[in-house]
Amino acid sequence: MSYAASLLLALPEEILSVSATLLMLVAAWGGQRATRAVTWVSIAVLLGAGIALLGPAGSGGEAFYGLYHADAFASFAKVLIYIAAAVALTMAPGFFERTSGDDLRPEYPVLILLSAAGMGMMVSAGDLLTLYVGLELQNLAAYVLASFMRRDTRSAEAGLKYFVLSSLASGILLYGISLVYGFSGTTDFAGVAQAYAANGHAIGLMFGLVFVFAGLAFKISAVPFHMWTPDVYEGAPTPVTAFFASAPKVAALALAVRVAISAMGPATDDWRQIVICASLLSIIIGAVAAIGQSNIKRLLAYSSINNVGFALIGLAAGTPQGVASVLMYLAIYIAMTLGSFLVVLRMRDHEGKPVETIASLAGLSKTRPGLALAFMLFMFSLAGIPPLFGFYAKFAVFSAAVNAGLFPLAVFGIAASVISSFYYIRIVKGMYFDDPAPAYGPADSVVEGGLLTIAAVAISPLGYLAIPALGAWTMAAAKALF
Amino acid sequence: MSGFPILSVMLAIPTIAAIVCVFLSANSARWLALAATLADLVLGVVLWANFEIGGPEWQFVERHDHLFGVFGYALGIDGFALMLIMLSVFLMPICIGASWRAIETRVPEYMAAFLITELLMIGTFAAQDLFLFYVFFEAGLIPMYLIIGIWGGANRIYASYKFFLYTLLGSVLMFIAMLWMAHYAGTTDIPTLMQTDFPVHAQTWLWLAFFASFAVKMPMWPVHTWLPDAHVQAPTAGSVILAGVLLKLGGYGFLRFSLPMFPQASAQLTWLIFGLSAVAVIYTSLVALVQQDMKKLIAYSSVAHMAIVTIGLFAFNRQGIEGSMLVMLSHGLVSGALFLCVGVIYDRLHTREISRYGGLSINMPRYAVLFMLFTMASIGLPGTSGFVGEFLSLNGTYQVSTWITLLCTTGIILGAAYMLYLYRRIAFGEITRDDVRAMPDLSVRELWLLAPIAAVVLWMGVYPESFLAPMRNDVGALVARVSQAAPVGDSQPTMPATHGEAR
Repeated sequence: MSYAASLLLALPEEILSVSATLLMLVAAWGGQRATRAVTWVSIAVLLGAGIALLGPAGSGGEAFYGLYHADAFASFAKVLIYIAAAVALTMAPGFFERTSGDDLRPEYPVLILLSAAGMGMMVSAGDLLTLYVGLELQNLAAYVLASFMRRDTRSAEAGLKYFVLSSLASGILLYGISLVYGFSGTTDFAGVAQAYAANGHAIGLMFGLVFVFAGLAFKISAVPFHMWTPDVYEGAPTPVTAFFASAPKVAALALAVRVAISAMGPATDDWRQIVICASLLSIIIGAVAAIGQSNIKRLLAYSSINNVGFALIGLAAGTPQGVASVLMYLAIYIAMTLGSFLVVLRMRDHEGKPVETIASLAGLSKTRPGLALAFMLFMFSLAGIPPLFGFYAKFAVFSAAVNAGLFPLAVFGIAASVISSFYYIRIVKGMYFDDPAPAYGPADSVVEGGLLTIAAVAISPLGYLAIPALGAWTMAAAKALF
Repeated sequence: MSGFPILSVMLAIPTIAAIVCVFLSANSARWLALAATLADLVLGVVLWANFEIGGPEWQFVERHDHLFGVFGYALGIDGFALMLIMLSVFLMPICIGASWRAIETRVPEYMAAFLITELLMIGTFAAQDLFLFYVFFEAGLIPMYLIIGIWGGANRIYASYKFFLYTLLGSVLMFIAMLWMAHYAGTTDIPTLMQTDFPVHAQTWLWLAFFASFAVKMPMWPVHTWLPDAHVQAPTAGSVILAGVLLKLGGYGFLRFSLPMFPQASAQLTWLIFGLSAVAVIYTSLVALVQQDMKKLIAYSSVAHMAIVTIGLFAFNRQGIEGSMLVMLSHGLVSGALFLCVGVIYDRLHTREISRYGGLSINMPRYAVLFMLFTMASIGLPGTSGFVGEFLSLNGTYQVSTWITLLCTTGIILGAAYMLYLYRRIAFGEITRDDVRAMPDLSVRELWLLAPIAAVVLWMGVYPESFLAPMRNDVGALVARVSQAAPVGDSQPTMPATHGEAR
């Protein structure tokens, strides 16, 4: 394959990284005044990268001698990532206007773009090294984003904590990669898969598998590697938290799926135990620990841990249907999460300062009926109660698990989902049953309101009509891995 | 009528009305909700009039398979579903009327919640797709949670949590069983699944999973504890719809899923149903006897009546199943009416404590007459709807187990005890309190709520054939389906095969 053809296949990442570099120069010369322009241009760039997926970049080819896969699986994940990144960009200007002293700086959109490029590399990785490079690009951008409010100590703490713990996890992952390389002699996914097929129970390969999964579990914040999530989510600026809860989750989970299926497919029975364990623990801890939270962002952090547990059920199935169900889960999860954070963004007192306590939601249905209705839909949807679309996400993963014969997992998982429904309905209780707390300040952003409405409609029962199309798309994406 | 999607229209009317309601003022919302529920009632009557008795098993079928990918939008009704849909659409306008004055806060949302509940109930009974059924069945939690939590009594938060979590835990296990069935049979079509023979060892597990859900909904002892809490805290109309229709989902589930889909497991586990039901009848009747709160008393009596339903269903014969259906219909009307009667005096005095009342027959004669009628119907006096159902149900059970019938029949006696005791304390005796003396008799609106129910209760008691006829073929089909596993009864004289002349 010629170099030019390879470059054409990786077009979305090139668009993102070249634009990010150019915009960085604009930011350097334009300074603070350029912020808004850079933000809007960045959204356009994300759109452009998405359009590029329609071309050869989504054709299913391999670029750079197998280092990079431009298949349907990657395309699907990238679409979700770009949507989440664009929403995170849209949220930012309104949020930073109201912080005390921390302005939105033009570096913010640039960092988001770089992070998106890194995530694109992650989901397209065909080699353990591409995987690592993509992961680190995404992570480095994310550390800075977490501590973007320089005068806020919590934000700085979040960034530092994220950096230290994530570096540790990267170390674990690299150690696993080195073991896999040492015992298989290659870093190429196909080659690794051959090594597992030939000599799957070699002790080194097993250790490598465990370490790789441990490192990836940290990135998707699956229990027992979840400790950083609530602190980082709480401290980071809300638009960044919304970004963390959506795009990197998609990227890391898609990456985990690709590694599990493409590189370690022959060892499915071995990694399945790890995935099942992480999945059940995530569901249970994500549910139980959330009950005592009083901060809405911490609660949503535990909710994301809980949701990752459900998505992992689909991976545990290890079948094309299972992989498709993970993608379906992610697509619906993105809508629910971004919607929830758009609501959190509107939780502001009359001076415009963000309020983050759950108690402040009390009586919201009287003071802001529309907002309360939307948040209620997101909460019931996250709890997986039909007829909201979040139910179908659970339907898909549990269906895959049952069809793969994993009954105990399905039964325990669904029983534990009842625990998590408790804290979701507790929020509804606060908004609908309690007497009003002081009302929030008025919301003025039409764009955010529009996004909120779109997310609410997407998870409403109307979403079911999208199942045939979405189902066919996710299945095509999943088949690309087998 | 062929071709006209009447069931979809019945679903669409409350949906649209609910959405419009939210944007209206309190008074317009009331009228719109009343109009929408009455329109559904009219459509229900049309449905019944066009239902061909003795015709095909499934009528008014609408199918859009695979509309939602793995499952489809498929509606259709048989006699059982028709009767339960009629019950729903009949009670709904009454619920709206009962809330006309009692609900003053956030009326548009309240009316929307009730309309959504109506949509979900009709959908549950009409669904012909396994997962469509589940969606409707489970979605009912949301509006009911809000109705109890927003417009309920003092301890409403606890009751709403308990209601939500209890019923959710029951249903999710059923969901896993449904996934397995869809995988095994390769279809989600309920009529097809009703003819599918699942392997016997799997049937037991599937049956237990469905049982977990339906037993909670029913509710059966010992998972009935959410019901008294939910009833006591819910507003009057909420209690009516809870007792009138939502409790019937459990019985309908046994009828539609457990019996035809898992006949062998049903036969094997009949002892479980009989045991729990017998305990429920006696225990909850005794508990009802000592209640101080009127709503709690009626709630416990509901549990006892539902136990008569379950034993009749698992008698595996025509009398038992027909009787159970009639008990369900009758209980839906009678307990709904009793909750309305409680609501009438609660609206005047704002207490449900029995001892606060007394002598109401003196100053509220019309109320006392209607309350008496419903009390008698609840006891099962011949001539009222309660008698027909309970007699048939116990008659069917007798053919299977004389002992269980003996135990459960005591429930009728205990039922007479607690209902008559309740009636004596409320309606008879001297009026001792001034505020009770000042209570006015039924208003025209309240009369209009109770009188139609009274008429149907008498109709069902005097000429039950109108209600049995549409179900006859379906009962026959069900009995034929379960006959392969039906247990041998102990009421026939046993004749040892080798000594034919022993008698």
